[in-house]
Amino acid sequence: MEHKQLNPELINLVQQWKGKEGNLIMILHEIQNHHGYVPRELSLELSKMLDVPLARIYEVITFYNFFKLNPPGKHRIALCMGTACYLRGAGVILEEVKNILGIREGQTTKDGLFHLDVVRCLGCCGLAPVMMIDNKVYGKVKKSEIADILSKYIKEE
Amino acid sequence: MQEKKVPLRIDGKDYECDAGITILDACVKAGIHIPTLCYLEGLSQEAACSICLVEVKGAKTLLRSCVTPVGKGMEIFTNTPRVRNARRLNLELLLAGHPKDCLVCDRNESCELRKLAFDMGIRDIRFPKTQESELPSDNTSVSLSRDPNKCILCGRCVSVCSAVQSVKAIDFSGRGKASKVTTFFDQGLANSVCVNCGQCLLVCPTGAITERSSIARVWEALADPRKFVVVEVAPAVRAAMGEEFGMPAGTLVTAKIAQALRKLGFDKVFDTQFSADLTIMEEGHELIQRIKNNGKLPLITSCSPGWIKFAEHFYPEILGNISSCKSPQQMFGAVAKTYYARKYNIDPRNMVVVSVMPCTAKKFEALRPEMMSAFDYWKDELGLAEPEAFYDVDYVLTTREAARLIKEGGIDFLNLEGEDFDEPLGISTGAAVIFGSTGGVMEAALRTAYEVLTGRQLEKLDFMNLRGLDGIKTAEVDIDGLKLKVAVANSLGKARPLLEEVKRGSSPYVFIEIMTCPGGCIGGAGQPIPTDEETRTKRMEAIYREDKNKTLRKSHENPAVQALYKEFLGAPLSEKSHHLLHTSYKKKETVF
Repeated sequence: MEHKQLNPELINLVQQWKGKEGNLIMILHEIQNHHGYVPRELSLELSKMLDVPLARIYEVITFYNFFKLNPPGKHRIALCMGTACYLRGAGVILEEVKNILGIREGQTTKDGLFHLDVVRCLGCCGLAPVMMIDNKVYGKVKKSEIADILSKYIKEE
Repeated sequence: MQEKKVPLRIDGKDYECDAGITILDACVKAGIHIPTLCYLEGLSQEAACSICLVEVKGAKTLLRSCVTPVGKGMEIFTNTPRVRNARRLNLELLLAGHPKDCLVCDRNESCELRKLAFDMGIRDIRFPKTQESELPSDNTSVSLSRDPNKCILCGRCVSVCSAVQSVKAIDFSGRGKASKVTTFFDQGLANSVCVNCGQCLLVCPTGAITERSSIARVWEALADPRKFVVVEVAPAVRAAMGEEFGMPAGTLVTAKIAQALRKLGFDKVFDTQFSADLTIMEEGHELIQRIKNNGKLPLITSCSPGWIKFAEHFYPEILGNISSCKSPQQMFGAVAKTYYARKYNIDPRNMVVVSVMPCTAKKFEALRPEMMSAFDYWKDELGLAEPEAFYDVDYVLTTREAARLIKEGGIDFLNLEGEDFDEPLGISTGAAVIFGSTGGVMEAALRTAYEVLTGRQLEKLDFMNLRGLDGIKTAEVDIDGLKLKVAVANSLGKARPLLEEVKRGSSPYVFIEIMTCPGGCIGGAGQPIPTDEETRTKRMEAIYREDKNKTLRKSHENPAVQALYKEFLGAPLSEKSHHLLHTSYKKKETVF
């Protein structure tokens, strides 16, 4: 695995925030924005630089949904389980996606291609059930279409 | 100066109390009992459990008494239907997610949650189980086990690890239903900066944190006719074990322990105090040598294995200041499997050394790879190969485990008349007894150092300003005009300022004693529960009582230790001593 290191920009940020209240969250935000997650090695570095215990850093990362422990998938699937979608069978769609990709919600496939999130309402209930992959919206999806939709992204590789 | 008082009314009666204290404190002072669970005096105010709710006139909601300060003219109700119902509801919700295996739980009799449920009259839980699946236990550590299923997230362990020990190995992770107490990336205690002190175990109100038990292995050894099984008992154990059998804290049960262990079938019942005297001989001479030869000072004691691991993680710069002496537990194992084995013609491979310790970190210490001096000693002579390697100390039992062994063995502990330890490794002095309390190692070392340095008898043996439960104690000792400044710290948090001075090179002391646990070994995590201010004080008094009652009170007067030097080791700090009784330390990473 590639060894992640703090880039000079982040080191600057750490220096700037050292000793100030709330610094940990500020810096973690930057790391999350930069890497798409908070790499474990960076937590180790931060712990030393800021003199914050590792267990504390882990507490903050796991408390806020914003921070991720693992690299994001290349494509993010957002499956709506809002009321309308749920009533129109989003549960079946979710099961199908999980079966095909072999992951649960909140997880990323082993090859890093897909990340699956369950969301509440994408604002187009008329199209229920709705699934989004990256910025593309798939409306009125049927169970039988899921495999085809996903395979398009796999073929792109 | 008179403190500001405020009038208030509790349950219809008028009181006056100090301004600024909490409602809980005010009620305790007034003799009114309020049930608490997450609260821990002087330490934890997480206000996580909502059991200590009270009703205050004019307040919209019920208030948590542990964090709400008293106000002038406050009218407090502690026992209304609303209060009782709310407390019960909160406790029931906690119990809904808690396993119901109390019968076979390690903390059966000492569980605060179980007692509270009983005292609050809960006989039925109306809510379904909150966790669908079992969470895995953390069994990475050889000292401690954490079962998140039994954890009620009160936060006491997190507080003690951070505020008392300044180790900060554990913290909360996740949120809501997924909350738990864990280490960095759930890697487990063994892969963290945890020093195995186990203070978290002592404050845990449930059975979520327990020691890794060696009881089964000890029974196995005792049942094996080929094995010669000896046991060593640490000083602090004798001032506490009685509590496991319902005796008041501070009862000395030295002779009962010796007899009980003999009845269980140990071939020899020895005393860690023998090797505590030996430690003083080695460490005392190490101190004298460092003073005379301009060696690295201050010298810092090395008996407490939690402190050693703490130093390896947090203070690698000053490892050279720590005495190279092994702890008494380890010195005992090394001497038993060499000197004693040779003298009584016992094959060291068949010897099993069991120790009874007030400590959970001792389990870790015994398994440190460098603690195989007896194997190294015999290797060539017996033609032993590496796979046959054995540890100096095989199994470590806590005070609680040893009491369970005695109970399982069907021994009527309370009615034992008492017997002596076996000779020669059961002979000890008063200086060794006080190892069990903070300040004791220092006092014992000074008794010997004084006489060795001056050649004269020390008139006053009691160093009173080194005694007591204060976090840091200091003294200046005059040895024939040579003024020695010494310091004693108990708990790792209290040790930090002393260590920072050493690190900066500005420490005014020549000798520093550090004990990991509050109060020293009497407050260790292997001791009976509860271990609190009151029990610590009583155990400490017992320790000094035992010292006073000993005929010999200085380590160098121990005839068995003198014989050991004469017959085997030669002199303190001899080559053989270095090989068997001394060790070295290595910097440890914070994560592995």
